[in-house]
Amino acid sequence: MKGNEAIAHAAIRCGCDGYFGYPITPQSEILETLAAEKPWETTGMVVLQAESEVASINMLYGGGGAGKRVMTSSSSPGVALMQEGFAYMAGAEIPGLIVNVQRGGPGLGTIQPSQGDYFQATRGGGNGDYNVIVLAPASVQEMADFVDLAFELSFKWRTPAMILSDGVIGQMMEKVVLPPFKPRRTDEEVIRQCPWASTGKTADRKRNIITSLELDPRVMEKHNLHLQEKYAQIRETEVRYEEKLTEDAEYLIVAFGSAARIAQKTISELRAQGIRVGLLRPITLWPFPYKRITELAAQVKGILSFEINAGQMVQDIRIAVEGRTPVAHYGKMGGIVPTPEEVATALTEKLLK
Amino acid sequence: MTQEIIIAGFGGQGVLSMGKILAYSALMEGKEVSWMPAYGPEQRGGTANVTVIVSDEPISSPILSTYDTAVILNQPSLERFEPLIKPGGTLIYDGYGISIPPHRTDINIYQISAMDAAAEMGNPKGFNMIVLGGLLAVHPIVQIENVVKALRKTLPERHQHLIPANEEALRKGMEIIKS
Repeated sequence: MKGNEAIAHAAIRCGCDGYFGYPITPQSEILETLAAEKPWETTGMVVLQAESEVASINMLYGGGGAGKRVMTSSSSPGVALMQEGFAYMAGAEIPGLIVNVQRGGPGLGTIQPSQGDYFQATRGGGNGDYNVIVLAPASVQEMADFVDLAFELSFKWRTPAMILSDGVIGQMMEKVVLPPFKPRRTDEEVIRQCPWASTGKTADRKRNIITSLELDPRVMEKHNLHLQEKYAQIRETEVRYEEKLTEDAEYLIVAFGSAARIAQKTISELRAQGIRVGLLRPITLWPFPYKRITELAAQVKGILSFEINAGQMVQDIRIAVEGRTPVAHYGKMGGIVPTPEEVATALTEKLLK
Repeated sequence: MTQEIIIAGFGGQGVLSMGKILAYSALMEGKEVSWMPAYGPEQRGGTANVTVIVSDEPISSPILSTYDTAVILNQPSLERFEPLIKPGGTLIYDGYGISIPPHRTDINIYQISAMDAAAEMGNPKGFNMIVLGGLLAVHPIVQIENVVKALRKTLPERHQHLIPANEEALRKGMEIIKS
């Protein structure tokens, strides 16, 4: 099945309460699959085509604020429209899942694959000091697996989570084992698990107020410090990454999502030529695996950041490396996806000279 | 074993569905598969292509620079993909509408008159299954029985009655392909 279809099936299976979205290539199969599966008849999950991306993200604010597992999906320009909602959700500490199946930009750009939204996802396009948890799937299997994981993390930390995919992983078909069925939480379970949510005030508790607004600077500073403390804990505990052939590596490629799949073939091609290359694939882009890259920087003679963009993640790699070893970037834009061979050539030209 | 295949032609010829059936059949044989379409504002008459990888090992890149086998169904695709076939690889093409035939001498070239055969059989939509039959005659990547099973699994209810015609088309393709 396609990556996009896997997202839809996984959503139904992981007890998602609602999906709100507006169609855009290359992710429209998510909404199409949900519409075809009619989960409102089986699990009771709501599927709604919203009037716009701005409406979708604000429906997430409302649904998440009520403690529901709600999600939306879009592609780059649509996700750009949602950024205000991200900041509001982060500020009001509302969980929710946003899937971005990236296409080329800026602006309407192209419908072909890209990883040009790394900055948007990890730096935040909304205002203020906030972060969202960002997971980058590299296979159709991970598209399915990360839906539940993203919800779990999002509720654990009361902050929005994003699956940052792209047109390659969204459109390709692969073998996938769908996660087991997990029922939607009952209203009682939501009240128990989300005591902060607006589930209807009872006599025995105070009002739950969901807002990102606070006009008293002293109170607002306290709230900011609380958020920063939470982000520090996430950085400490939720970093995820995968390594391939790094033990004896003299050179390292860092790549995420579809680029990591391409790079996997690159490393086997280069190893066949006797060049010892390894791959580090960040699975969480925020929090980023700085620590592990710092360690590997002491071991290797150079690092290539391979991204399907003009060079965005390379900045995080440089932060981790702190000049210990040369760092280069290779990537393409405009919807062009580099081949494994082109990545191999880039590595030899940029690092082996 | 790994087979890296590109299938390319005009939109509407069944290029993507041919790749899909091949991938499903391989999946049913327990193989690892990937199916990566060149998606876009594709339309009937435009070009369409899909990369299908079938392997005993987990598949790394779904995007390739070179291919073991190219199945080519129009002139623009022949010009684009003939140079990308690995030396010793395979090119299968339908001569219909091809004015400049392939010229490489370091690959194995097969020709299949699937367009004509489909017209003769009165089954123009069976064209892609004839081509798939031809491919399977050259490279028995999957058993034809599993292709039929894959069709049963993937075709919507209203098209299930077309399966015998598709099977006939597959067998026709196996017969008529020539080097």
